[in-house]
Amino acid sequence: MRRNLILGTALSSLVLLAALLSFVWTPYDHAALSIPDKLQTPGPEHWFGTDHFGRDMFSMIMVGARTSIAVALIAVGIGMGLGVPLGLTAAARKGSWLDEVIMRGNDLVFAFPSIIIAILITAVFGAGAVNAIIAIGIFNIPVFARVARGAALSLWEREFILAARVAGKGPARISAEHILPNIANLLIVQGTIQFSLGILAEAGLSYVGLGAQPPTPSWGRMLADAQTMVSFAPHLALIPGLAIIVTVLGLNLMGDGLRDWLDPRIRVARA
Amino acid sequence: MSLLEIRDLNLGIHSYDILKSVHLTVAPGEVVAVTGESGSGKSMTALAVMRLLPEAAHHSGSIRLDGTELLDLTEAQMCRLRGAAVGMVFQEPMTALNPVKTIGDQVMETILVHRAMTRERAEERAREVLTRVGLPPERFPLSRYPHELSGGQRQRVVIAMAIALRPKLLIADEPTTALDVTTQAQILDLLKGLVEEYGMGLLIITHDLAVVSDIADRITVMRYGEVVESGPTRRLFAEMRHPYTRMLFEASGHKVSLPPAPPPEPILSVEGVVRDYPLPRKLFRSQGHHRAVDHVSFALNRGERLGLVGESGCGKSTLTRALLGLEQVQAGRILLDGEPVFSGSRPNLAVRRKMQVVFQDPFGSFNPRHRVDRLITEPFHLLKAQPSGSERRDRIAEMLSAVGLSPDDAGKYIHEFSGGQRQRIAIARALIIRPELILFDEAVSALDVSVRAQILDLLAELCEAYNLTYLFISHDLSVVRTVTDRVLVMRAGQIVEQGETERVFSDPQHDYTRTLIAAAPVLPEIGALRA
Amino acid sequence: MLRYSLKRLLSLIVSLAVASVVIFAVIEVAPGDPASFMLGVNAQEDTLAALRAELGLDVPKVQRYFDWIGGLLVGDFGTSYTYRTPVAQMIADRMWVSLPLALYALALSTLIAFPAGIYAAARRGKPGDVAVMGATQLGVAVPNFWFAMMLVLIFAINLRWFGAGGFAGWDKGVWAGIHSLTLPAIALALPQAAILARVMRSALLDILGEDFMRTARAKGLTRRQALWRHGVRNALIPVLTILGLQFSFLLAGSIIIEQVFFLPGLGRLVFQAISSRDLIVVESVVMLLVFAVIMVNFLVDLAYALVDPRLRDRT
Repeated sequence: MRRNLILGTALSSLVLLAALLSFVWTPYDHAALSIPDKLQTPGPEHWFGTDHFGRDMFSMIMVGARTSIAVALIAVGIGMGLGVPLGLTAAARKGSWLDEVIMRGNDLVFAFPSIIIAILITAVFGAGAVNAIIAIGIFNIPVFARVARGAALSLWEREFILAARVAGKGPARISAEHILPNIANLLIVQGTIQFSLGILAEAGLSYVGLGAQPPTPSWGRMLADAQTMVSFAPHLALIPGLAIIVTVLGLNLMGDGLRDWLDPRIRVARA
Repeated sequence: MSLLEIRDLNLGIHSYDILKSVHLTVAPGEVVAVTGESGSGKSMTALAVMRLLPEAAHHSGSIRLDGTELLDLTEAQMCRLRGAAVGMVFQEPMTALNPVKTIGDQVMETILVHRAMTRERAEERAREVLTRVGLPPERFPLSRYPHELSGGQRQRVVIAMAIALRPKLLIADEPTTALDVTTQAQILDLLKGLVEEYGMGLLIITHDLAVVSDIADRITVMRYGEVVESGPTRRLFAEMRHPYTRMLFEASGHKVSLPPAPPPEPILSVEGVVRDYPLPRKLFRSQGHHRAVDHVSFALNRGERLGLVGESGCGKSTLTRALLGLEQVQAGRILLDGEPVFSGSRPNLAVRRKMQVVFQDPFGSFNPRHRVDRLITEPFHLLKAQPSGSERRDRIAEMLSAVGLSPDDAGKYIHEFSGGQRQRIAIARALIIRPELILFDEAVSALDVSVRAQILDLLAELCEAYNLTYLFISHDLSVVRTVTDRVLVMRAGQIVEQGETERVFSDPQHDYTRTLIAAAPVLPEIGALRA
Repeated sequence: MLRYSLKRLLSLIVSLAVASVVIFAVIEVAPGDPASFMLGVNAQEDTLAALRAELGLDVPKVQRYFDWIGGLLVGDFGTSYTYRTPVAQMIADRMWVSLPLALYALALSTLIAFPAGIYAAARRGKPGDVAVMGATQLGVAVPNFWFAMMLVLIFAINLRWFGAGGFAGWDKGVWAGIHSLTLPAIALALPQAAILARVMRSALLDILGEDFMRTARAKGLTRRQALWRHGVRNALIPVLTILGLQFSFLLAGSIIIEQVFFLPGLGRLVFQAISSRDLIVVESVVMLLVFAVIMVNFLVDLAYALVDPRLRDRT
């Protein structure tokens, strides 16, 4: 399905471009209040309309994309950076106490959904975008650890790994030289999926006030603000929602497309 | 009249031609074998009769069962026929049964899905057929799950499912390929007995000419989707009109001549080696162990070609891993040139340098992301001074030429090679650092007979050129017989017999060795058939 | 089977113990003293000391941890700093909203996902499959709280079939309670159903390639019979894993969804507690949620053994 890959990449790039462009240009200042222009519906003046303070929705969506992408991307980085080495280590020492400790630790972290981690962190340190990054990042660690371990374990059974051991190579070297390159595709695909889940999680956290705080614009908080006005100004809720859907859909399609393109056999944990 | 009559069957998948104008007949009570190497279309022929082909397949011609044209039947009509008029047995007994259903349910399902009898009657019939295939319910209750049975026992369940409704035709696709020789002999006996007792027709698909000659009344030889020759077994073997049949026959019994071994001078010594695996703990009981290798001792001399034969589960793979120094043994010593092969988690490169290995699977033995030059030079890691630049290139070129490939192949990826070529590359990888000892772990078992014959020839050439010392581990007696000077017979973790290869094969001393040799199907002597 | 269950049970207890230490430790590092927060900056030193003693803050941390755990085990969750009422009572009241909501959503999501996944797998590559897969692709991308807002806009504000929020309470009858939880449950369930349907489909497609499915067909089973009799139960093994994970997603999701519908559940309780720095409530609610997740995964492990006979004999 090359179509998925093209459509997904197109949608994701569109959002990424909007986020990058917002650093140098937005139609209006996203923070400029203009009460007389408030609650305008989408039109030629304001493409996505204005909110209850008269701020330009299009500009806010562009800047909000920045927040979403930054939070989700760093969270994927944390998850991959810590999870993959843990998973590879567990696989290389399969059955040892180290494997047991890593996997039980994973199970334990899995018992803390990211919103619960965010609640804990917020209760202690107060709210902020960094909390969202940490909460989602921590949640990503066991995901990558499990995927990496599972894929690595089946590779460790293969004869070319035995051949490398016969050639005198140790577990660390084999993991870096033989295992990692052969599971890279899988990790990339899982990365896109965690990226899209991160976008959703960030939106949820900022919606309930555990994520980015004002004045940083974020899609989730735009939705929270829109809630009381949804009956008379539905575009306030529709537009940030559609922005989230387009981004997540794009990333998911890209992930599926990448998986089929890179290797039709690999399986991705989807939860 | 024939029970099964295939005429002018053509089959294609997408734009590939799989079968070309295949003719085949099976009479009631007759055993017909279809043989050929991989890609010959023999399994597709069997699946075509069942109409269980991939969805993209298209066909023309005629398949008549008892006068009914199968290719004209609707899917619903085919469902009524499958299991009732035609039964089928598959190659892989380990995966052919549903792991979450009991064997009783699975045998009864054949009966119940055709609404052939009541539940009570079906259960009774399930007991009868399971008893008939050698699994009496007193010892193997219907409530057993597949994972509680061995491979041979599972294959018996599959056969019970196929014959529960006494079909007129039984199709068996490589029914014994995944089994040990002794189990193979029992399953073949069972199939022969069923044909006689029920008067079924049996269409058996196998790559093994020795099995064919043992069981079949008539033989059809296929290559590239076409029938090259067919006829009654005795006549076909006596005449062998088609050169392909002759080649297949010769390759199956291929013999090589090894250069004489030098005077004995021990290089590898194995003394009282024990390898235990912990069993899952049972509640309130102390930890149990499975003894995979049980006090094994032997010596291997420089320049000697030693064989190790045994059935699956006898401990030969475990012993191989211990010899390679990959796993710690619980007792005993393994010394290579006087030094222990196992040195904890940090490999002793000085010892490893003297030993290399060639594995069975030509597909799993190489990292798919590396090129051939990088693949075969991986053992350079063991050398103190790793060759580089032109020296590295020269050694790669020399090795590739030595195993019958071209030096230009160095830049290719492994997927560009066939199974036989991959085994050549594996040998090049093992040989490149000139180890004192090479282990061949079922190194020719996954290959077609014609390719296997070529690899065995290569082995003999390399013995001549490089004075190889090797341990050849295999379940295939005929191969071990031709490429080794001395042989060890292993059973349940122990070496039960060892001696000069010819002596062991012609005059086995241990009962188990005798059983093993008797169970192995043998190719007929051509002279005997002519007489 | 007994051994397997005992091993799982042991792992459950260890997980709970470690989780409780982690939660306690995180709350402990919180800056600020609850007593001075409650009394304000101008509080007298002796009043503070009295309050600290009353709240049990004056004993060593290790002892406080064991007091807390000991209390949890007998149902004593301590006293709320702000409301001065037993936390157990507060949680019990809210639980009657959150738990039914999560279960309702779980039931809906399973009821939608199983047939959809099986349908799509049975028609692989055909228009029915493409339609279901397209719908799930969209379903996975929709944030549940946004979907909830859209449901409110359509079914509550425009069509007036449901109330826009709030909870009728169970004392007005089971039906009234279910009615007011319906929109929230749908909002929670549909995105999860999309994921579950995809998992079900791909698990089934994997199974369809197994040798025993061909054996079943060779016995005379139709494609559909083989799928139902041999495919579904084997596919349940991976599906159960996801189902277990989904429960924690539903629980987490319900914390957010409660905000959309102004439901007086655990989510609202915990947010109020955060804003009033009522850390003992936060601590207890988080522990309870984590307990629920670990417990569900324990049940899933037991369910594996029911589905897969191979596990019963193993460790």
